[in-house]
Amino acid sequence: MIRQISVFVENKPGRLASVTGVLFEKGINLRAFMIADAGDFGIIRMVVDKTDEAYKALKEAGFTVAINEVLAVEVEDKPGELYRIAKALGDEGINIDYVYAFTSEKHKALIIFRVDNLERAVKILERIGVLFKGRID
Amino acid sequence: MERMPVEDLKEIQEKKLRALVNNVYNYSPFYKRKFKELGLHPSDIRGLKDLPKLPFTKKQDLRDNYPFGMFAVPISQIVRFHASSGTTGKPTLVGYTENDIRMWVESLCRGLVSCGVTHEDIVQIAYGYGLFTGGLGFHYAVEKIGATALPISTGNTARQIELMKDLGVTVIACTPSYMLYMAEYAEKMGTSIRETSLRIGIFGAEPWSEETRKRIEEKTGITAYDVYGTSELSGPLFTECTERNGLHIWADHFLVEVIDPKTGENVGEGEKGELVVTTLSKEAMPLIRWRTGDITILETEKCNCGRTHPRIMRILGRSDDMLIVRGVNVFPSQIEHVLMQIPELGEHYMIILDRIENLDVMTIQVELNQKVSIEKPGEILNLKRKVEERLKSVLGVHANVELVNPGTLQRFEGKAKRIIDRRKI
Repeated sequence: MIRQISVFVENKPGRLASVTGVLFEKGINLRAFMIADAGDFGIIRMVVDKTDEAYKALKEAGFTVAINEVLAVEVEDKPGELYRIAKALGDEGINIDYVYAFTSEKHKALIIFRVDNLERAVKILERIGVLFKGRID
Repeated sequence: MERMPVEDLKEIQEKKLRALVNNVYNYSPFYKRKFKELGLHPSDIRGLKDLPKLPFTKKQDLRDNYPFGMFAVPISQIVRFHASSGTTGKPTLVGYTENDIRMWVESLCRGLVSCGVTHEDIVQIAYGYGLFTGGLGFHYAVEKIGATALPISTGNTARQIELMKDLGVTVIACTPSYMLYMAEYAEKMGTSIRETSLRIGIFGAEPWSEETRKRIEEKTGITAYDVYGTSELSGPLFTECTERNGLHIWADHFLVEVIDPKTGENVGEGEKGELVVTTLSKEAMPLIRWRTGDITILETEKCNCGRTHPRIMRILGRSDDMLIVRGVNVFPSQIEHVLMQIPELGEHYMIILDRIENLDVMTIQVELNQKVSIEKPGEILNLKRKVEERLKSVLGVHANVELVNPGTLQRFEGKAKRIIDRRKI
């Protein structure tokens, strides 16, 4: 499991720039990133190299921000990999709230999941041998 | 009655005022207390010149005495209640005896007739029916003059236009902004209000201007009249006559003054100030010197139509911070009360009013606080919906809620200016 940062942003010009500006000033590197859009606001979800620093900096800058644990799965960068995992979770009745992915030379393909039942999902992913147990840095 | 010499009207008013003061002193616990506090006895009020001795009645008095404390008759004599949304969750309740309803209907009937409505008209009543006084107020007056009521209430604009055409509606009663909205909607449907039989519109429940009157008349080809009333006095009561130079206040039932809202002193003839009304005929909930909060100008000269009853000019605004949104009275304190009860919200907010396609749109920007949870998907959206639902249930009108990060809204030194009203009325 890895730690993710969520930031609430108003849907207005310049808001993403102010979030990423705070991170840039602290020399924080983004590893994975997505924005869930909900009309007049959005939630940015991201995985960064220095999570605690990023949380502190964003909070001090006045953002509504949270840290939580999400599942990360490491797979080969090849067809059918997301399907295999999604099916394993789906067959067990686990709901995926959201998912985003990134690839890097170091980590093959990393997929980040938020699910409704973290404990059971961990067991399933361990069983099929895809759970990422490393650190993001 | 409508053309009675002013002196005779005054005589009626003096007689009724003395009876009113005696009545409230004996039967209204609220006024009895108030008179005693002021060391006032009914015998001190001998005529209209003694009016300034009487205390004002304010909205707060109605709130403090909710639900029945303002009543001067037992509940068994009440035949109907109406209520408007209150500032802190409790509504403002008004009760009516059979005579009260009759007087209300009679007042509005005089208004309808003075606008040229006859028993041959079909009247589409597109004010809300229910606790709001607009719908039922018009309904009984329309039936009383023998015209045909179409009790369609608010909303469903396509059906409003369809029925207006199919039934040959000749008169409509609604808010002026809704009339403009309807006119544009008709164009989108490929038709026009001009293609209907509509000839008269009676518009009220929100402030409007001569410019809006011109726009409505140009767009629809009808003649637009202003109507005034407040829920505390009993809904729609007074309209313009065909002279369209002020709204006639039926002096045998209502005694009007215009005061400086700051000093409480009467302003001079032709000067603007807050409208203060004393009910001369109401039984269930008589009001003495009721502060309406509406700013207007009083005109006592006899009207060219021949009616001798005084007129008030078009409402120019409010003396307090009350907002009128889609015809619904909204106090900023109501909004604040709702927001402050929700732990995930901070204490800073802004109320923004726009008129989009002729309809009022209220947006409330409110800051989140650090207690809000944004980790689970949909949580913020649920919070937004929760705030919107609570506001709707308290205000009776929808508001869009925009959640923003802490510290992003404007801060005020001194008196906060939380309202941005961008509407052009």
